[in-house]
Amino acid sequence: MIEVTNLTKRYGATTAVDDLSFAVRPGIVTGFLGPNGAGKSTTMRMILGLDDPTSGSATVGGRALRDHPAPLAELGSLLEAKAVHPKRSARNHLRALAATSGIPYRRVDEMLDLVGLTDVADRPAGQFSLGMGQRLGIASALLGNPATVMLDEPVNGLDPEGILWIRGLLRSLAEEGRTVFVSSHLMSEMALTAEHFVIVGRGRLIADVTARELAAMAPAADVLVRTPEGGRLRAALALDGVTVADEPSTAPDLTPGYQVIGLPAEEIGRRAAGAGIVLHELVTRRNSLEQTFMELTQGAVEYGGHETSAAFPASPLPTHRPSTNRKAA
Amino acid sequence: MPVLTPAPTPTATPFVASGPDADTGAPAAGSRVADRSAVGVTPRRVLAAEWLKFRSVRSNLTTLASAAAATVGFGMLFSAFAGSGDQVGPNRAGADALAMSLGGVNLAQIFVAVLGVMFVTSEYGSGLIRTMFTAVPTRLPVLGAKAAVVAVATTVVMTVASFAAFLGGQAVYGVPEAAMSLGDDGVIRALFGTGLYLGGIAAMGVALGFLLRSAGSAIGMVIGTLMVAPLLVRLLPSSFSDPVSRILPSTAGEAFRSVATSSDLLSPAAGAAVFTVWVVGLVGAAALAVRRRDA
Repeated sequence: MIEVTNLTKRYGATTAVDDLSFAVRPGIVTGFLGPNGAGKSTTMRMILGLDDPTSGSATVGGRALRDHPAPLAELGSLLEAKAVHPKRSARNHLRALAATSGIPYRRVDEMLDLVGLTDVADRPAGQFSLGMGQRLGIASALLGNPATVMLDEPVNGLDPEGILWIRGLLRSLAEEGRTVFVSSHLMSEMALTAEHFVIVGRGRLIADVTARELAAMAPAADVLVRTPEGGRLRAALALDGVTVADEPSTAPDLTPGYQVIGLPAEEIGRRAAGAGIVLHELVTRRNSLEQTFMELTQGAVEYGGHETSAAFPASPLPTHRPSTNRKAA
Repeated sequence: MPVLTPAPTPTATPFVASGPDADTGAPAAGSRVADRSAVGVTPRRVLAAEWLKFRSVRSNLTTLASAAAATVGFGMLFSAFAGSGDQVGPNRAGADALAMSLGGVNLAQIFVAVLGVMFVTSEYGSGLIRTMFTAVPTRLPVLGAKAAVVAVATTVVMTVASFAAFLGGQAVYGVPEAAMSLGDDGVIRALFGTGLYLGGIAAMGVALGFLLRSAGSAIGMVIGTLMVAPLLVRLLPSSFSDPVSRILPSTAGEAFRSVATSSDLLSPAAGAAVFTVWVVGLVGAAALAVRRRDA
C-alpha cells in the first residue's frame, strides 16, 4: 500500500509535483502514467525517501519508508537500471544489498535464478546489457520479499521476451497480494498489465481510475465509411447530433472516406442500404487506452465534464502527439 | 494493508505465473525470507555490506596496495640515498632518518584520499548510492560504514607499510651511523601515528566524496588541502601563516607522525587532537549534508 497525500515538490520556480494525492492498493498492478517530465520519477523518489517533499507526505504500508525497520522488506524498488559498480559482480552487488538488512545469501542466488542471471552472476555488472541490468535491478527490488514493489520504467531496454517475462512477473507479484506500482510513459505497455491507472501530467493528477473507467473516458468512437457517393451518404445521415466529416485521404486511388460520429455502424449500414448507396468500407473505430491517455495528457480540458478527469491542461508532449487525430486501433 | 502470507516452504505459490521463464523451475515465492522478523537494518549489517563492497572491487585493493608500495618503495629509496652527493634540504646528511624512510607517505596520502573519495563518488555516479539509501533510508549508517571500512582498512595496511618502510629504510640507510631503531624515542608512536594519519585522510576522502559527490572536485579538494594549502599559507605574513600552517591537516599530522621537534609543529598530542577535529568535522559536515540533501 502506497499513500501519497498532497505531495508537492518544487525546485526553485519549477513545480515538479503539484499537490498530488492517490493511493496504490495491494493485489493489483497499478500503472503510473504520464509523459516524460510529468513528475513520475520525482514522485517515486519521494515515496522512497530519496527526495524530501516541499509539502505533503508519502507513506508505504502506513509509514514513511525511513520509519520501517526493514525497508527492503517493505518496499522493493527499481529506479535506475544500471545502478551498479561496473567492476563488481552481480552476485556481490546483490549480496552487499542483502547484507544491509540481514537477508540470507541464499535469497540472492534465488533472485539471480528468478531473473535468469545465474550464469553471469560472477561477471562484472558493467559488462551487462541494458536488459540484463534491468533484470539485475528487478532482482534487487525483490531481494527483501517486499510487500510493495515499485518499478520505474522496467521494460526499458528489455527485448520482447523480457517484456513478456516482466508482464507475467508483475501480474504474479500482484496475485501474491503485493502492491505493485509501475511507471511508464507508454500506455500501450501498461494497458496489458495494469488494472488501475494513476495518470499525471505536469506534476498534477489527471486521472486515478480503473482500466474500465479509463476506457469509458474515451471519446465516442467514430465510424469510417468509404463510398463513392459521399453527397448521398451525407443526405441519408443528416440527423440531429450526427456529424459527417471528410476523412483525410491516405492514398489517391482510395475511395473517399467519411468519419461519422453519432451513429452506430449498424444504423449507418441500414440507412445506406435503404438509400441504395454503395459502401466500400464500414468500420467502427474505437479509441484505444493509448489514445485516451494521449488525449488526456495533451489537454484534459476537453474532458473537463467528466468527474474523474481534471479540468486543467496537462503537459502537451510533442513527441507523443499522434500525427493524425485518431486511427483505428 | 498488504496481505503477505509467509510461505515457510520453498514450494509455495510460483513466483512467476507466466512468461518465458515460468517453467524453468524458477524459484518460488516460497524462497522468500523465512523469518521476516529477522530481517532489518542494523549499523553492524551496513558495516558488513560496505566491507563486502570494499573488497569486491579490485581497484580498491590495488589502490591501497599502491599506497603501501609507494610508502615502502620510496621510503627505502630516499633512505638509501640519504647523505649522498651534495644534496641539500631534507636529504642532507644527518637528516631525520625516520622522516626519510617515511618520505613515500607524501604520495601515499594522495592514494588513500582518492580511495576514500572513489568509494563514495563512484556510487553517486552510477546511482548505486540511491539504491543503498532505499535499503538504509536513514542514510547515516551508510556514511558511517563507508568511513569506518576505508579508515580501518587503510590504517591497518598503512601501519604495516610504515613499519616496513622504517625497518627497510633504516637497514639500507645511506648514513648508517644516523640510522634509527624502533627503540628510539617516539619512533613507535610516529609509525602508528602514520598509519592512523593515513586512515584519517582516507576518512576525509569519504567525507569529501559525500559532500561534493563528484570525483573530480573531491580529489581536487584533497590535493588542494594536503599539498597546495601549505604552500599558499607560507606566502602569507608569518604572524599569520605560522599559526594557520600548524593547524592544517597535513602539518597537524606531521606533528604526531614524526619525531622532529620544530617550532613549526604542534606537540604530538596537540597535533593529533587538531587532526582529529579535521576528520570528525568533515565527517560530521558530510553527515549533515547526507541527511538534509535530496539524494
